[in-house]
Amino acid sequence: MELPVISNAPAEKSGGCSASGCGSAPEALAHLPEDIRRKVQDHPCYSEEAHHHFARMHVAVAPACNIQCHYCNRKYDCANESRPGVVSELLDPEQAVRKVLAVAAAIPQMSVLGIAGPGDALANPRRTFATFRALAEKAPDLKLCLSTNGLMLPQYVDEIARHNIDHVTITINCLDAEIGARIYPWIYWQNCRLRGVEAARILIGQQQKGLEMLAARGILVKVNSVLIPGVNDAHLPEVSRTVKAKGAFLHNVMPLIAEAGHGTWYGLTGQRSPSAAELQALQDACAGDMAMMRHCRQCRADAVGLLGEDRGAEFTLDRIDAMDIDYAAAMARREEVRAALLGRLAAARTPAVTEAVTAAARPVLMAVAAKNGVVGEHFGHAREFLVYEASPAGVRFIGHRQAARYCGGADRCGDGDAAPESILERTIAALAGCEAVLCAKVGIEPWGRLEAAGIAPNGEHALEPIEDAVRAVYAEMAAAGKLAQAAAERKVA
Amino acid sequence: MTLQITEVCVNCWACVDVCPNEAIYADRPHLLIDDAKCTECLGDHAEPQCAAICPIECAIVGELGDPLNPPGSLTGIPPATLAELGLLAAGGR
Repeated sequence: MELPVISNAPAEKSGGCSASGCGSAPEALAHLPEDIRRKVQDHPCYSEEAHHHFARMHVAVAPACNIQCHYCNRKYDCANESRPGVVSELLDPEQAVRKVLAVAAAIPQMSVLGIAGPGDALANPRRTFATFRALAEKAPDLKLCLSTNGLMLPQYVDEIARHNIDHVTITINCLDAEIGARIYPWIYWQNCRLRGVEAARILIGQQQKGLEMLAARGILVKVNSVLIPGVNDAHLPEVSRTVKAKGAFLHNVMPLIAEAGHGTWYGLTGQRSPSAAELQALQDACAGDMAMMRHCRQCRADAVGLLGEDRGAEFTLDRIDAMDIDYAAAMARREEVRAALLGRLAAARTPAVTEAVTAAARPVLMAVAAKNGVVGEHFGHAREFLVYEASPAGVRFIGHRQAARYCGGADRCGDGDAAPESILERTIAALAGCEAVLCAKVGIEPWGRLEAAGIAPNGEHALEPIEDAVRAVYAEMAAAGKLAQAAAERKVA
Repeated sequence: MTLQITEVCVNCWACVDVCPNEAIYADRPHLLIDDAKCTECLGDHAEPQCAAICPIECAIVGELGDPLNPPGSLTGIPPATLAELGLLAAGGR
């Protein structure tokens, strides 16, 4: 099969960033029972802490979908795209298994294999479960997970349990069918295409039933929601409360990605995406109810590697065929790496205490150009920035901002010559709200532009662990009297 | 009496799995319907299954090239907007 397709489900798993501990990670999941924490400690999509170190991959064996979402365009195919659902190479189950084994041999940090599309995992049950069945036999150490829109979930819960799949992600954008009708134009249900509120009601009912059934079987459920301003934003805190009550252990609110160039209904009708501040505010509003995930990179359905990176191009089928792999040795190597990483993580957990800062100091957002858990990236090389909030209570991870994100549509596709000027402008705009940016180095030109934008460039903490560096900069700001000013006044001052 | 798949097909395989006659097969550049097997689902379902699940407007057409899912019918994007953006499918074969 050679399919360039696109998908529906906003991906959940995602790709590699760069820090050592995204701040809040251990606390965010601290309320969970010990057995669940053990299950997710090496899962990059569920544990903020793990995502800096453990890798995942998605295999694109599930091209078909049984619903349409207004944020998805099944026709879109672009090598420069990194949205969920976009893939370059569709695989049959046998090819997928070969690819997984090759990747898991080359990347011993790999702990998770997921099926997330490019359509819906459970709209392709034969291909999905054939892949899981073979992998459970050949690489029993890998955690298996799938993501689904939930329409066919109740029907397949038993089969999911039988294949020892212990993590499932359901995309739930609403509980209210009237809102659903503004997100889902149709579903394929019992041999018919259904539309409108009736279709949304069925989909929502199946999602909720599937969630309850999974929870009853002890299978971990994460819920993904796409934040669509003006459509479901006010409704998502209720979604969060409800899915928590029904047993979901983590809620991942992701920003809508909508641009006219993507050819989606939302993109073409002018529906806007949320700002980083809106996303954060909503995640904070939901956080009172349950653990929120903030490190999702909305990765592709064929992503490979750490969250935030994609090494898929290294593992095309022709390349895999040329590899000589000792599968048993690879599995033993993964076990060694896993044990070493978990040991390191346990040792590195340090209490977040900020000295020298008075309790009245205001919180400050800082962006970090991170690599492998330290302030390790050059400003100009960073593809994304991690955003941390420093406050008298400590340092917590807030989210990530893309330096120069998705491709700008067909007219600009593949064009590597965008003016550096405009890239810098876009990056600075992406850092809105941050008062400092920590990186290994910054050039003179961006330095001046950052300062002019009220974002202090800082290269003093190169190669220091992220949270230590953020804490130190916060203390420096306190010592300089900058924390007494209100954030709004600081530019003028 | 058979349906056809046009060049706007994105090869998502959704139709392959729901066809009661196993009439759809992989080919390049896109999936095709076997004339000898397609019954347009008469006697099996109220609507042809390939057309009921296909996400792409104008990808499934009848004998005369008439699309079962005409422009705008699945995405809700008005045909005029699609045309403006050069995204409007040809419709027939």
